[in-house]
Formats: sequence, structure tokens, C-alpha cells
Amino acid sequence: MGILENKFNDNIIVGQMDKLIGWARSNSPWYFQFGLACCAIEMMSTAAARHDFDRFGAMPRSSPRQADVMIVAGTVTMKMGLRVRRLWEQMADPKYVISMGSCATSGGPYWQHGYHVLKGVDLVVPVDVYVPGCPPRPEALLEGLMKLQEKVKRQKTLAKIEE
Amino acid sequence: MGDLRTEEMTINMGPQHPSTHGVLRLKLRTDGEVVTSVQPVIGYLHRCFEKHAENLEYPGVIPFVDRCDYLASMNNDHGYSMAIEKLLGIEVPERVEYLRVIFAELQRIASHLVAFGTFGLDVGAFTPFLYAFREREMILDLFEMTCGARLLYNYIWVGGLSHDIPEGFVEKTYEFLDHFEPQIKEYNDLLTNNKIFIERTADVGVLPQNVAINYGVTGPQLRASGVDWDLRRDEPYSIYDRFDWNVAVGVDDVGVLGDCWNRYYVKILEMQESAEIIRQALDHLPVEGDVQEAVPRKIRPPKGSLYFRSENPRGELGFYIVSDGKTQPFRVKMRSPALHNLGVIDEIASGWLVADVVAILGSLDIVLGEIDR
Amino acid sequence: MTREEIYTRLTEQFHESLFEKSDEPFNEFITVQADAWFDIAKYLKNDPELYFDSLMCMSGVDFGPKDDTMEVAYDFHSMRHLHKITTKITGPREDFHIPSVESVWRIADWHEREIYDLFGIIFDGHRNLKRLLLPDDWEGHPLRKDYEVQEYYHGIRVPKIKPKKLTP
Repeated sequence: MGILENKFNDNIIVGQMDKLIGWARSNSPWYFQFGLACCAIEMMSTAAARHDFDRFGAMPRSSPRQADVMIVAGTVTMKMGLRVRRLWEQMADPKYVISMGSCATSGGPYWQHGYHVLKGVDLVVPVDVYVPGCPPRPEALLEGLMKLQEKVKRQKTLAKIEE
Repeated sequence: MGDLRTEEMTINMGPQHPSTHGVLRLKLRTDGEVVTSVQPVIGYLHRCFEKHAENLEYPGVIPFVDRCDYLASMNNDHGYSMAIEKLLGIEVPERVEYLRVIFAELQRIASHLVAFGTFGLDVGAFTPFLYAFREREMILDLFEMTCGARLLYNYIWVGGLSHDIPEGFVEKTYEFLDHFEPQIKEYNDLLTNNKIFIERTADVGVLPQNVAINYGVTGPQLRASGVDWDLRRDEPYSIYDRFDWNVAVGVDDVGVLGDCWNRYYVKILEMQESAEIIRQALDHLPVEGDVQEAVPRKIRPPKGSLYFRSENPRGELGFYIVSDGKTQPFRVKMRSPALHNLGVIDEIASGWLVADVVAILGSLDIVLGEIDR
Repeated sequence: MTREEIYTRLTEQFHESLFEKSDEPFNEFITVQADAWFDIAKYLKNDPELYFDSLMCMSGVDFGPKDDTMEVAYDFHSMRHLHKITTKITGPREDFHIPSVESVWRIADWHEREIYDLFGIIFDGHRNLKRLLLPDDWEGHPLRKDYEVQEYYHGIRVPKIKPKKLTP
């Protein structure tokens, strides 16, 4: 501490700007409700009263322009994959993607004979957190969100990123 | 004003939309705010179920059948297992039949709760959604106690069940029923008799009886139009003929027969009737019996084809199975009730406003996993 | 009415060479020739004794390149008389044409589009025969037994279908 000790009155906090920005961003992840299939029902259950999503600051938004996190919940098909990419591009930076369920992670139970199923949504959008399960329990999705919060807190915004 | 030129506009209610209950795309042609035609575009969730069914053995198809209509998983399993049992000609023990009925009716209540909650959400009411999911979590606790899963169970197998019920299941189910039946009065106060809800849904999107039958609409949507037809009573399968219950049909004191309010109200009445059936089944549940004693070791039905239907929460679920004597089905075709229910939307939504299209779509209670398979 | 009575009534109205009775253990059905299907379908719906007003299910079946046949099965039910019948139409695997019945039972519109999409059977007289489930620019008809997937779809590699070995 050294030069900064015992210098300030009680109501001044000194810290890194990046940490402040990371803390603020991670505590209000407004999610883009992109429920496609069965995992969408578990996402709705997570938002309901028993496993509350709102206590993390996560609010459902229907428009990609107003959302931070895209939770891809369900199987992504070829027909839908092009639309997923377009909606992801419409989100504003900084944006994150949670891939919920085994269908969005790697094709799920349809991996073997599914000619129309995309084997993982990471073929079209970059994914930050993968939540496995078929469907994952609401608690698993909450843990996925907490892992994303840790990632957001660590992210460098103002500081130069070493190449 | 005489030379004002107007044109019809095409609006896209795209695959991603908060009110389309999944990935459904509706192409609306509107003249101002009034909709002149609705063209649904489906196939955004086509997961090749029928191709999978041709490459897997008969019991291995059951998890895929689950995932087709993910809100009525037990009923799907039930329909498929009964179709295969008819092909093989096997009888299941009494205890298995009673347990199957209990789980099928619990699943029906859970599915109607989701329909009720999301219909309220579509029309603008947020509170019924939370109340519906509160009760639904209790039902999912019962399912989790028995087979470990919350949404997709793989529980009703060909010839039996995958797990027997644990200790304390019967008491907990009675507790749930005692808690649930008074809650229906709360739902009626919140939504059914709410003046704003009635203005939004009564007399909207009327489906006449002959149009409904021509389009193959079944389930609560058909009964709301006044047709007294329920497969559990009229073509009884399993042991439904042993229970004493009423078939819920639409009423015409609020709005007309076949409007959105009736399609919603029939579901509320059906939840009450299902609770009654579960109570009767629990009272007569045989205590002795092994749930896996009739499960065959290898399923190899004789050559032939069969169409078997059962009553899903959404309507008539049918399986057309062609077998060629091997351990894998030759062709499984799933007749999904939601496809027929959605097919009628062009007829009933034309002439209404855009906001009414949302209410009509919510009342038809579709699940895209089943439509696209 | 039983299947025999329905068969008798149909052969009274139309020529007997158009029909064939078949017996399978669980499903007694009537095979119909494709050319006269539209008139037979209208008769099935409008005749007061038969009155099949509800088309329960319509399925396509492909019997494979060895048998070289495909089939469409219609399951009907009458809400008035509470009887059922299944009719099947058989034809070649290539260039199979069937008259469309979507003006008789309106839901056949979507069923026929789906069978065209997944099998390649063409329904003459359909007002809008396009693909229903797969994208419009998809190549091939997936539920055929000899279907090979395309290499790429819009730059995404299409997963191959691995055939499972049949257990004896």
C-alpha cells in the first residue's frame, strides 16, 4: 500500500477501472431468450419463481439489440443456423453466448443420423460457456451463468491487451 | 382522399419471436392493421426423428419420441409403447396400467399448466405464468422422485415401466392433489373471469365444427368448438374405461363456442378432470406387482402395419408403424396433433387484428418439436 | 361398417378392378389405383353411408431400391358412423404421381407437401407443392432408403448418416 496509506477519507474507494466495469457488467446480464426446443422449457423454469434468474440481474429481452447474453437453448438446425448468425450479429458489443444443452453443444442425441441438425452452435457463433445436459437442470444453467459472470469480471476493457 | 393509394403489407413474425412458442415463422399479409392471410412456415426444428427411428431398435426410439412433444413426454411414451404392445400382442400387468394412467394424467396437468401460463404471457398477464410454474414444479418433483428426470423421462417402456414408484410417492401425490384442486379457483379469479382477458379472447378466432373436423383438429381445441369427442372415452385404450369422469366441452355463456376463451377454458376444466382420475387411480392402485415382468427381451414384431392413436394433451397422437420382421422399425410415422391444430390458423385468423393473431396462436397450444419432428 | 361392407359399397359405385383387398394381421386395408383416386376420395367423404369426414393420418413408405415400390397410406375415420378404413396407393419409386385430395380434406395440403419433401412423390393438382420441413434449396429426399446427404449446405458441412448394422 505504501504511499496511498491513511491518505483518504472514508468515502473514497480506489480500484482498477476494469474491475469496476467488469463487476457492473457481470451483475446485469440481460439475456436474449432464444429458446428453440426442450431446453427452452427449462430456461423458462429457471426464470420462474423456484429457481429465480432475476436475482442474478438477468432479465429476458426479446430483441437482440437490447441483450448482452444469448442463451441458445435447444437444437440448432441448418435452416435455423443462418438466422442464429444473423441475430448474433445484430447484438451490440460486448456480447456473450451460452450454449445450453447437449444439442447446442454438439448435436445432442441427434448427432448420429441427423442430416438437418447442426452439430453444435459453435459452428456458426463463438461460444463462451457450454452447459451440458439433456435438458440441463435449472441449477446447471445458473452455474453456467455464474461461470460467465466470472469470465466477464476477468475481461480487460480499458487496459491494453498484450499480443 | 379519393386518390389515396393503399397496399397490402407483408409482415414477418419471424422464427425468433417471444410469442410464437418456439421457432415458427408466420408470414402475415395485412391491410393496415387487419390481417388478410397467415402463412405458417415450419421446419426450423426438423430433427429427423423418422430417420432416427428407422436406424434404431424399438426400445431405443422411446427417448426420441419423448423429445418430439417435450411438454407431454409421458403421453408420447405411452402412445408409442401401446402401439408396439398391440403389434406384439402382449398384455401388461394391472399395476403397470394404473401407474401409467397416473403418470399420463399428471403429465396432462403439467402440460396444461404451461399452456395456461404462456397464454397469459402472450395476452399480457405475467402473474399466471409464475403461479402455473409453481404448481408444475411440484409435479416435476414427483416425476424426479420416480425416474430421476424433470422433463424427458424415457419412463414408459414397451411392456412395463423403467422404475417402480418409491416409498412415499402415493402420499405425496395425495398431498399435491389436495393442494392443487383449490388452486383452480385462484386461476379462475386471476384469468378466466378477468374482464380484460375476456375482452381479449372471447369471440376471437371462432373455429366452426365442420372446419375443425375437416382440418383434423383434435383435443381441447375440438372440444371447445362443441364436438363431444375424447379418445379416452370413445375409443378407450389402457384402463380408462374403469374411471368415472366427464369430458370437458366448450360452453357458450362467455363468448361463443369455438373462440379463444373456450379453447382456454376447456383446458382448465380438463385439469380438474385429470385430478379426479388420478385420485380414483390412486385409490385402486394394486400394491403387488413387478413393473418389469412383461418387458420383452427382444422386440421383433411380425410383418405388418398398424395405426394406433391415443389422447395427448394437444389432441390425437397417432403412430403409423410399418414392421418388416426385424428388430428395427421399417417406418415410424408420428401423426402430430399440433400440426393439424396449426394448419387451421389461416382460416380462423384472417380478418382479425395483428394482436389477435397472437392470442389465437396462443390458444391453439402448439409445440414446434412435434410439428417439425 | 366393416371393411367388407365398405369394400362392397365402393365396388358398387366404381369398377372392381380399381380396388384390391389385402389382409395383414392388424390392419385390413384396401389398395386403390392412383388414377381414379380423386373421385373415390370425394365419394368416401360425401356418401351418406360412408361419410369419412376426418383424415387421421397420411404416411409415405419407401420399400427400398430392391422392391422398387413406394406407397402412400391414408387412414380415415368417420365422426358420424364411427368406422375406420385405411387405403393405400402403391407406385414406382421414380416419377410417382398421385392426384391431390387437398380440396377434399384441407389438412392433406400439408401432409402432401411433407411427403413430397421427404419422399419425392408428386401430387397432381396441388395448389402449392413446395417443400414443407426442409429448406427450399435442399437437395434430395431424405426418407428414401438410398438417400445420400449433400456435401455442403451454405458453407456448413452436412453430417453424414452412418447406417446401423442390423442385429439378427
